[in-house]
Amino acid sequence: MSIRANFRLSHPGFALDVDLVLPARGVTALFGPSGSGKTTVLRCIAGLERRAAGRLEVGGEVWQQEGVFLPTHRRRLGYVFQDARLFPHLTVRRNLDYGQRRVAAAERRVSPDHVVELLGIGHLLDRLPERLSGGERQRVAIARALLTSPSLLLMDEPMAALDAARKAEILPYLERLHGELEIPVIYVSHSPDEVARLADHLVVMESGRAVAQGPLTETLARLDLPVRLGEDAGVVLDGRIAERDQNWHLARIEFDGGSLWTRDAGHALGHAVRVRILARDVSVALDAPHDTSILNTMPATVAELADESHPALALVKLRVGASAIVARLTRRSACGLELKPGLPVFAQIKAVALL
Amino acid sequence: MNSGDLEAVWLTLRLAATATAVLLVLGTPLAWWLSRSRSRLRDAVGALVTLPLVLPPTVLGFYLLLLLGPEGPIGRLTEALGLGLLPFTFAGLVVASVIYSLPFVIQPLQQAFEAGGDAALEAAATLRASPWDAFFSVAVPLARPGFITGAVLAFAHTIGEFGVVLMIGGNIPGKTQVLSMAIYNHVEAVEYSDAHWLAGGMLAFSFATLLALNLLQRARRA
Repeated sequence: MSIRANFRLSHPGFALDVDLVLPARGVTALFGPSGSGKTTVLRCIAGLERRAAGRLEVGGEVWQQEGVFLPTHRRRLGYVFQDARLFPHLTVRRNLDYGQRRVAAAERRVSPDHVVELLGIGHLLDRLPERLSGGERQRVAIARALLTSPSLLLMDEPMAALDAARKAEILPYLERLHGELEIPVIYVSHSPDEVARLADHLVVMESGRAVAQGPLTETLARLDLPVRLGEDAGVVLDGRIAERDQNWHLARIEFDGGSLWTRDAGHALGHAVRVRILARDVSVALDAPHDTSILNTMPATVAELADESHPALALVKLRVGASAIVARLTRRSACGLELKPGLPVFAQIKAVALL
Repeated sequence: MNSGDLEAVWLTLRLAATATAVLLVLGTPLAWWLSRSRSRLRDAVGALVTLPLVLPPTVLGFYLLLLLGPEGPIGRLTEALGLGLLPFTFAGLVVASVIYSLPFVIQPLQQAFEAGGDAALEAAATLRASPWDAFFSVAVPLARPGFITGAVLAFAHTIGEFGVVLMIGGNIPGKTQVLSMAIYNHVEAVEYSDAHWLAGGMLAFSFATLLALNLLQRARRA
């Protein structure tokens, strides 16, 4: 099961040409700067761009190819627009019903009660959309899309129009969605934070092309991404809570190749967690550091070096067992230590963010 | 008011109601097409539909008389179909009123459809609504203010028409004599008090209609 999408479309001043192979499970993030074609890809998948040429196959079903164009209303997808697009003349309840009623009873796999509970919108059902806050609107829009029992959920920056507080309000719902429903999601975002928290698979877009695609952890560790993340460059590691130190309120997270101490967030032993390590928080030493305040130091091997966009800086990819982390150093340090691929070093990680 | 005047009032109301109904049925698809089409014909059709707004009613009536008359192409057609000739009949008045009031329905509807935009229709399509379904379940309800404005204006405008009716319907009491014609007859005969009854009634009706429309629009905006 996978999603294969191949689209070509040109507008004046913009050309899209992508060839994507996406897993039919988990969250795929389409990531890139504004104008890179992320939303257009989503619209092509939804059949909202009639003039797009190409081929689209979702879980073995052909939705589009030469001579075949399944219209949007026959594609079993859900679409959450950036601006929610609730129907202003219908109450929340009737907005939710709108899609569900149009799906044959036998194909309904998502229970309204469950979705209403999952998104916390039970108290809003009798309101009109104009009386909802931005965050509430987006939650209703997500619920409305889910109630069509889609085999694919498309989300176009569902949090772009929201302030930080509203984002913080929606993120947990999106994570629950991810955890509880077996619906593959394609999520458009230009926020590295959102991608790090939500995605399993990453497609990096630039100027209408997919310049990188692959599993999130591997793709983030690539140094050759043309899209520089700047201060947000870094990797994501998936692991489990292996130990909790009650004395110091720390938890040890074991990942494939090592372990990290982080503040204890109260998760039980064995709980699956994701951590993010920014490149700017990683430094490199040739000898095992002693007498340092840095808690997480570990042996690593230099795998690759690359220039940063600023001439003073360099990115270094380090192998730690089966995982990779990226360090951002000054070029002077990189030269001074004579870093080169294969050199054994110690990685010092100043901060680990538990996501 | 004499019985002839009452007859004229009744005829006028029937005419306005019929014309409004026909206008909504014909005007909706036309306004929809004008609001979405990217065809080059669009501008020409838009201008054609707006013509009655600027043409003197007598010009319109004159050409309609020729078109619908025994020598006109439409007249020959209606005769061939066994419908007889339309001028000087109620049906002829309906045809003329529909054309005369068309811009009053098309413009508010077209604006309402344009304001609705593609966004809501795209959302409907992603919720499995076919284009027809989305039209009736989303586009029409969202354009409701346009429908109300269009219907009210068409009705009120038809009630007030004079020139077109005079040209195509004449002044046959009980058959084609509408209110404005009855007023004209009273004035010609120097029956000012009868004319006052009808003219004053129309003034009050028109004012009340427009006031109601304004209040309705304000209430919606609030």
